Amino acid sequence: MLKMTDVSKIYRTELIETHALRELTLHVDEGEFVAVTGPSGSGKTTFLNIAGLLETPTSGRYVLDGADVSSLNDRQRSRIRNEKVGFIFQSFNLIPDLSLADNVDVPLRYRGWSGVQRRKAIGEMLDLVGLGSRKDYLPSQLSGGQQQRVAIARALAGEPRFLLADEPTGNLDSEMAEQVMQLLEKINREGTTIVMVTHDPELAARAHRNIHILDGRASDQASPGPAVVTSLEARREAAHV
Amino acid sequence: MFSYYLGLALASMRRTPVLTSLMVLALGLGIGAFMTTFTVYYLMSGDPIPHKSSVLFAVQLDNWDPNSPPTESPKDVQPQLTWQDGLNLMRADTPAASQAHMYATGAIVVPEGDEPPFDESIRATYHAFFTMFDVPFLYGSGWDSRADEERASIAVIGRKLNDKLFGGGNSVGKSIRLDDNYFKVVGVIDDWQPTPRFYHSDWSRAFADTEQIFIPMTRAVDGPMLPRGNTNCWAPIDESLPVIDAFLQSECVWTQFWAELRTPEQVTAYKDYLDNYVRDQKEVGRFPRPLNTFISDVNEWLDVMGVVGNDNRVQLRLSFLFLLVCLLNTVGLLLAKFLGKGGEVALRRAMGASRGAIFAQNLVEVGTIGVLGGVVGIGLAWLGLRGVESLYQGYQHLVSMDPVMLAAAVIISVTAAIAAGLYPVWRVSRLAPAGLLKTQ
Repeated sequence: MLKMTDVSKIYRTELIETHALRELTLHVDEGEFVAVTGPSGSGKTTFLNIAGLLETPTSGRYVLDGADVSSLNDRQRSRIRNEKVGFIFQSFNLIPDLSLADNVDVPLRYRGWSGVQRRKAIGEMLDLVGLGSRKDYLPSQLSGGQQQRVAIARALAGEPRFLLADEPTGNLDSEMAEQVMQLLEKINREGTTIVMVTHDPELAARAHRNIHILDGRASDQASPGPAVVTSLEARREAAHV
Repeated sequence: MFSYYLGLALASMRRTPVLTSLMVLALGLGIGAFMTTFTVYYLMSGDPIPHKSSVLFAVQLDNWDPNSPPTESPKDVQPQLTWQDGLNLMRADTPAASQAHMYATGAIVVPEGDEPPFDESIRATYHAFFTMFDVPFLYGSGWDSRADEERASIAVIGRKLNDKLFGGGNSVGKSIRLDDNYFKVVGVIDDWQPTPRFYHSDWSRAFADTEQIFIPMTRAVDGPMLPRGNTNCWAPIDESLPVIDAFLQSECVWTQFWAELRTPEQVTAYKDYLDNYVRDQKEVGRFPRPLNTFISDVNEWLDVMGVVGNDNRVQLRLSFLFLLVCLLNTVGLLLAKFLGKGGEVALRRAMGASRGAIFAQNLVEVGTIGVLGGVVGIGLAWLGLRGVESLYQGYQHLVSMDPVMLAAAVIISVTAAIAAGLYPVWRVSRLAPAGLLKTQ
């Protein structure tokens, strides 16, 4: 699904050179729920940006869904981002003066779907996150947890192959964080690959596998928590429960 | 996607009403000032009779003081002819398809009934005037050559005068009283206002109303109806003669002369004819200066007469510079606005918008601002033109915006806004989304 080999990212200014990622090698299989952990400044967000095609690696190879995407142009990268990647952010990043439906509509507009297709997808996704009856609300009329659920609906609306979640519960209280995590787990059980960056060891423990990034390098390790599902077959079984 | 982008543009403008208003106002001010001067310039420099301007020629004969500076161009020669030269050319068998001799005069119109008399300008001319200049008729027609020869007391009147004297009805066959004489109406001209009024376009008349009364020049001279307009003399008048006779026989210039020359051959032949005419006149002691005859078609003539002055050109350039200053301000405001929504741009990029899509989206917003700026500019230009109208007499035909100018205002505004917006739009489309998403 996602495979990075010897990926480095260097930010250069006139005075300094910052190595955000150093020959990072990792893979994420289809259907996995992977938590990416590490201290601040370790390179987690840079990894996420490269994984989501928002940035290009300085060197190394990145294969997404079987295709090398290391050297695509902006238009090709945008198209893949639109079709295969869904983003969930810590601060939700909803557009404040658009209704919930219009926020969910954003990625669909760039997909070129017809109005009928878009309306159907928007309705289904808002129903999935339990906000179907509030599609005309503005984000400011919702709680933080509800806003993040809208953001999840937006990320899923275009039927992406995998979700990239950057601290998805970082701005939520524990109750709402739990709701969002349950929603993400449900989505994963239904087959969507999820890569989640988090500082929270408890949340990381709920993932199938943890990737720890330190000084721009990754160390792969199984999730320490009790809810580890180690094989793809087992996860698929879980999804059908 | 255009309708989607348009909706986003309107939402974005509502989100920042003050900034949007400032941009629209900056554009509107620039467009308003530019369109005010451009409208005046456009109408001043327009072709007043485009379908015939290349075949109608004003005639100049250099019959002036031999001690004056030498003639180098038509601008150095008197734009008018003596009555005698005009009369000679009208009587001659020239190569021209048509010729019209004319001068400006006037009389007191005495209406029937209780209406008070009023003064009215008159164009005294020959029958060919109406066909040469394609004058449109509401009723009747012009007169024929016999009426010129017979010094007939007939008149063609304008629509406004016809409305005033005859309530707009068909007045052909009725009479009007000019001073103490009656003239039979043979035709009523429909609205006709060539701008500039090329056939008599000295500085004070180029943008004046067309006359409302036209009578045969032969009859006007018989009147006698003295000229109203520039009269220039360089040689003394014979004071032993009655005033009008002395004036007619003088070397004073006060009449205008036009010829219709339909082919290049006619132009060459007519020019040769004028040269030979002057040579003949030199043999009888007239035309003491070197041989200088000029014929200028309508547009050349407007240039000779300096209808569009240097002041107008300077004003146009200044207003264009002002528009540029307004555009520079708009560039700054657009940069502030667009860079301020970097977060939304980054989000859209993350959702799959390419740089091109972001560019197009923001260009639509810039274009929308341009349209609004154009509308405000048209309003301000209208106010500016009313100001011109109140400050300068004789500019009333130059202060209306026709559909071409209205469309031009919007097109210039949108083009200017897009030109001003290209850099900000390009900048915002190049924003790196990753950093902005983190700082959202």
